[in-house]
Amino acid sequence: MKKGSVLILGARSDIGMAIAHRFAQAGYDIQLAARQASSLDDARSDLQVRNSVMVTLHEFDALNSQSHEAFVTALPALPLIVVCTVGFMGVQKENAGNMASASLVMRSNFEGPASILGILANHFEHRGSGTLVGVSSVAGERGRASNYVYGAAKAGYTAFLSGLRNRLSRHNINVVTVLPGFVDTKMTAGMQLPKLLTAQPAHVADAIFVAVTQGKNTIYIKSIWRLIMAVIRIIPETLFKRMTL
Amino acid sequence: MKLAGWGQYPIIDATVVAPRSLEAVIKRIQLGNAIPRGNGRAYGDSAISLSNTIDMKHFNKLLAFDADTGQLVAESGVLLADVIDTFLPKGWFPSVTPGTKFVTIGGMVAADVHGKNHHKHGSFGRFIDWLDVITADGDVKRCSREQDSELFDWTIGGMGLTGIVLKVAFRLAPVSTAWIKQKTIPAKNIEHAMAIFESMEQATYSVAWIDCLSKGNDLGRSLIMTGEHAETTDLSEAAQKTPLRAPNKKKITVPFNFPSFILNGFTVKVFNALYYWIGKQRSKPSLVTWDHYFYPLDGILGWNKIYGRRGFAQFQCVIPLDQAGKGINALLQAISQASTGSFLAVLKRFGDQNSRFSFPMKGYTLALDFPITAPNLKLMSQLDNITIQYGGRFYLAKDSRMTASTFKQSEPRLAQFKAFQLQRDPNKAFSSEQAIRLDL
Repeated sequence: MKKGSVLILGARSDIGMAIAHRFAQAGYDIQLAARQASSLDDARSDLQVRNSVMVTLHEFDALNSQSHEAFVTALPALPLIVVCTVGFMGVQKENAGNMASASLVMRSNFEGPASILGILANHFEHRGSGTLVGVSSVAGERGRASNYVYGAAKAGYTAFLSGLRNRLSRHNINVVTVLPGFVDTKMTAGMQLPKLLTAQPAHVADAIFVAVTQGKNTIYIKSIWRLIMAVIRIIPETLFKRMTL
Repeated sequence: MKLAGWGQYPIIDATVVAPRSLEAVIKRIQLGNAIPRGNGRAYGDSAISLSNTIDMKHFNKLLAFDADTGQLVAESGVLLADVIDTFLPKGWFPSVTPGTKFVTIGGMVAADVHGKNHHKHGSFGRFIDWLDVITADGDVKRCSREQDSELFDWTIGGMGLTGIVLKVAFRLAPVSTAWIKQKTIPAKNIEHAMAIFESMEQATYSVAWIDCLSKGNDLGRSLIMTGEHAETTDLSEAAQKTPLRAPNKKKITVPFNFPSFILNGFTVKVFNALYYWIGKQRSKPSLVTWDHYFYPLDGILGWNKIYGRRGFAQFQCVIPLDQAGKGINALLQAISQASTGSFLAVLKRFGDQNSRFSFPMKGYTLALDFPITAPNLKLMSQLDNITIQYGGRFYLAKDSRMTASTFKQSEPRLAQFKAFQLQRDPNKAFSSEQAIRLDL
């Protein structure tokens, strides 16, 4: 009853770990990829003890795109499903004033994820099956003063995923774009998040699992965000530019 | 943030952090007055430190399982419910379980919890092989019966005051099904109930529910419920197909605090009479699911809120066997005379227990919930005195209102506990609001 494996890129993140648990629960083997992968040993034990599936650890640096092809070749098996949760928010003030900070955010949220998913897409195309899941953000839907560097990188990533989906749909490969709003994670720890709009990592994982099984294209995590973003997108720019969001 | 135990009393505005790494926990310990917190199921202020409560929820991994011995190695923040969800389908069940599955393994160590099988199997501590404890000096120490047995013995039942439990290696017990064969035996009064307990030592699980408003010759009128793990052959044909999977029952959530008039004496009287009547009808053996048998109240999520905003306290003591007849009788009389009622009154026979600081001892334990009111607090002090008079002691995991002098009188082991702490933790790296209140 082997179901194949799921590769989690950025497995150390709370969302990545929740996704690993969700798919392991459903019987998939799990490949955890992150920097300093060996420190995920306890997490691997946990997944194995709970779910009796095979879990492997893989050293992966999203920013080192030179290494990505070799990374994929070295995997024990080409995964059936890939979920990329790599991302880095940074601090907008620094991103606005310092190109090095901004560049790190852009590369972490766009260049790195696009590079690895691009390579995996080629392998999937060759095989003729698979699902690629990219965790982008509602922040990419429209640039706002409070986080436009992060938002711009996510916007690029969202567009990349949409193009990838368009390219691969004829090859029986689905690409899922995930647009979470607020999620209660390490990344947002200390931020004042409105409770009604904030999802738990496990909810994100559930939603992604359903999206993968049902072959969905773009998903929001709490449906209210679809509405919020629809409103934010239609505000005329003359008005929008004067708003504080 | 505002913190309280399960009894919602006292409520304390305390500093809480939830570290994600061992290094971060050690940093917090260095600040002093640290206390670990699991899932907040102790009733009072056991897991609250005003300045330094350490929420262990991120330490929630299952690290290893040995299917030959049943030994599970888990981080302390793992919920017992998670352990059951993972291992019952594989034919394993906790060797000891308290009355709720929403406790953490760390909390089970700290309170050295007992279950309905204490008379036969002892408390949780008996099934622990080793512990990893972060001590006052910031080291992680592996301890067991062979290695640093002092730390091991004082940590089991030590209420988190000897260090923060990081990992626990403990044994699960093999079971064939997810079902319990339950038998209910009515007892006409407390003497009768205790006689039944004494004659039922071979039962794996046993517990009595007491109608604590009964008076005179009926004092201690009760229902004794015994249980055995069912074998596959005990099950219906349909259930035999998946013996380790019991049907899920629906969870009911109590969404808000009930107004406290709901729980006046009249309501409790009606409730008690009804429960007693239902029990009599069901005196034939019946098959119930593990969840129904061990965790009836977990089915009502947030049931602690039915006591209203003022919260409630639980009184739980144990009276040594040779004094138990008189002692339990005196306690029940005091309760019955006060007529304040009690939603839950539970009696259980404890077996032998040899441990440094754990609650159980050979004898009878009585547990009752009381809404927090002035008369009830007074009654509970009266019950404290009766307990001490008969040589009994108190369960710290339930306590939220005892005084230091009561505790001292009940606990001859206190001086030794403090001596151990002074030796290992002279600067009070660990303390809780309960420890301060009880001078522990």
